[in-house]
Amino acid sequence: MIEIRGLVKQFPGAAHPAVDHLTLMIPEGEVCVLIGPSGCGKTTTMRIINRMIEPDAGSVLVAGRDVTQVDAVDLRRGIGYVIQQVGLFPHWSIADNIATVPKLLGWNDARIAARVDELLALVGMEPAMFRSRFPRELSGGQKQRIGVARALAADPPVMLMDEPFGAIDPITRARLQDEFLRILRSLKKTIVFVTHDIDEAIKMGDRIAILRDGVLVQYATPMTILAGPADPFVESFVGTDRALKRLALIRADAALEPLGPVAPAHAIAAQASLRDALARMFETGADTLAVTGSNGEVLGLVTLAGIRANTRSDDATNHCQSPYCL
Amino acid sequence: MLLVEAWQFVAAHPERFFGALYTHVALSAAALGLAIAIAFPVGVLLADKRRLALAAITAANIGRTLPSLAVLALVMPVLGTGFVPALFALTLLALPPILINTCTAMQQVDADIVDAARGMGMTRVQIVREVELPVALPVIFAGIRTAAVQVVSGAVLAAYIGGGGLGDFITSGIAMMALPQLLVGAIPATLLALGTDRVFGYLQKVLTPAGMRAR
Amino acid sequence: MKWLLNNWDQVAVALGEHIVISFTSLAIAFALSIVIGIWAARNERVFRWAIAVSGFLYTIPTLAFLALLIPIVGLGKANAIICMVAFSLMILIRNVATGIREVPAEVVDAARGMGMHPAEILAKVELPLALPVIVAGLRIATVTVISVAVVAAYVNAGGLGTLIFNGISNDFAPKIWVGALSSCALAVAADLSLAKVEGWLRHRAA
Repeated sequence: MIEIRGLVKQFPGAAHPAVDHLTLMIPEGEVCVLIGPSGCGKTTTMRIINRMIEPDAGSVLVAGRDVTQVDAVDLRRGIGYVIQQVGLFPHWSIADNIATVPKLLGWNDARIAARVDELLALVGMEPAMFRSRFPRELSGGQKQRIGVARALAADPPVMLMDEPFGAIDPITRARLQDEFLRILRSLKKTIVFVTHDIDEAIKMGDRIAILRDGVLVQYATPMTILAGPADPFVESFVGTDRALKRLALIRADAALEPLGPVAPAHAIAAQASLRDALARMFETGADTLAVTGSNGEVLGLVTLAGIRANTRSDDATNHCQSPYCL
Repeated sequence: MLLVEAWQFVAAHPERFFGALYTHVALSAAALGLAIAIAFPVGVLLADKRRLALAAITAANIGRTLPSLAVLALVMPVLGTGFVPALFALTLLALPPILINTCTAMQQVDADIVDAARGMGMTRVQIVREVELPVALPVIFAGIRTAAVQVVSGAVLAAYIGGGGLGDFITSGIAMMALPQLLVGAIPATLLALGTDRVFGYLQKVLTPAGMRAR
Repeated sequence: MKWLLNNWDQVAVALGEHIVISFTSLAIAFALSIVIGIWAARNERVFRWAIAVSGFLYTIPTLAFLALLIPIVGLGKANAIICMVAFSLMILIRNVATGIREVPAEVVDAARGMGMHPAEILAKVELPLALPVIVAGLRIATVTVISVAVVAAYVNAGGLGTLIFNGISNDFAPKIWVGALSSCALAVAADLSLAKVEGWLRHRAA
């Protein structure tokens, strides 16, 4: 759990503070995405949490402890740190890279070796094949997998990730996002994730903090932000297609309507999003689709009118109460 | 043939030859050792102090342009002749390449690697020892290699200020126009310099971390 | 320093000799290295071979090299010039070849596409763009050559080294000071002025 209270940081010669009285609370086990245009203070905020930058005022509490009261080096050994360029040590093997923090903490060799193999498997890289290789032999995507494995090595409760997939091609990036989302959720870590890509934020975040010129503009779940942007800046930031983005967050079987007398000609899977359903409707020219379950059985219908109703709602709270919401 | 006569000269005066050879090697090794002992730590310490580093590198660059014989000669009115003055001058000559290479190599270590190391909780000393130095080592050692060859070559000139070494044969050979003697100095000196370059080149390869060797 | 004032003509002569032999060698080496360098830029094998041979020559100690030349060319300026040319070749060939190779391929491609002859491309595109690197090499070569010329006084090539040797054999310190300091000053002055030229060229090309 991370608590940021009244955090202030101004760099000498800057026109306005990089971080301007920021207050927010990140519940344990959640992914909080910091997002905003260049210079909004998202990276600065993240780097204050592990004291790579010292704050001017305010406090940051990690698991109840004020970070400025703890030795900075010890603090960092307990926080996972992933940066965009990864920063793998070129003169060390993959195994040695991953083992960095465990070695600093004095783990014994056997424990380290076992942990290295465990993490390589976790990030989808065959241990026997990769542990003795060197960073220069890896592709961009593979390097970042190792970067994440390295950050997870000592099993820190908190992870800081600064645009980790920014330097990777879009196809690999989408795959890495899915994989890491799965891994990080299963490990129940508290994660601070910095990005400038709103689609990545919506995909990865339990909560999104939108920053501008060092000020927190809105802090809420993706659905809430998409349904009710706090001001014109947020509205333009999330994009004019926010209605469609919202649809992408709702499953087809969350907007189920009862079957009528006539079975529709076309169907959509239950776990597909309403956005996919809309696309299928445009493709086929139908305004009604059957929603099919995993065995092909028909669960109900989605209609064009029903989808429209979902987007029309101005309810600022997360109106999708169903556990089926993505 | 000249070479045969040169060989006969060595055979006739073995103590002189091996004495000179020994002095030459001792002078070179000592000068190199001293230069490393001074320039390497200074280079490492100055690496993150930008203005001091810049001043030091600028001074070293000027030092590098000075003609070797001029430096040796300048020492003479101050320190006299002999082994120690020669050692002093040769050490001065070896300092610039080592200092420049050490300082710039440390500065040029990829900033992202250093950031990652810091973010993971390495202390400053650990970062220098485990990350910056190993990564910078190939370039640092290239500077040492340059200095080594320069010292071995410069030691030939040490003969002029009474430092001994293989240069003695060359100078007396020229003075007396005794060509065999000249070769007794010139050929071993050349071989010594080439050999030093080879040996240090090999060491440089060996000391490059496995992960960073050219494929 | 009053010695200097009383004998500045002697110093001037020595300085003049020094500059003449240095300049002559550099001119020869430069001309040779432009030709070999261009060839090496185009041909990988020539490149490696040229670097290897001239690297080998560069490692030979100055006095030893001069001495080895005595049985062949005797004493005098020719001896010194051959030595200086040999030393400068490595740096200059390497820099000419590398400078040309580092000209961006797309620039050469554009020039070809616009209908320039290979000779025109070389003269108007490649060499001008390679100039900063070439001048960097010239800078190192100049300093090297000046340094060799100091030693070459011992094989009767003249130059500022004569003052130094004279001073040493007669145990006359002022001559040593003047000879050593003036050669240092010459080297530093040459280096700094070429550095300025190099900087200006890089700035222009950037």
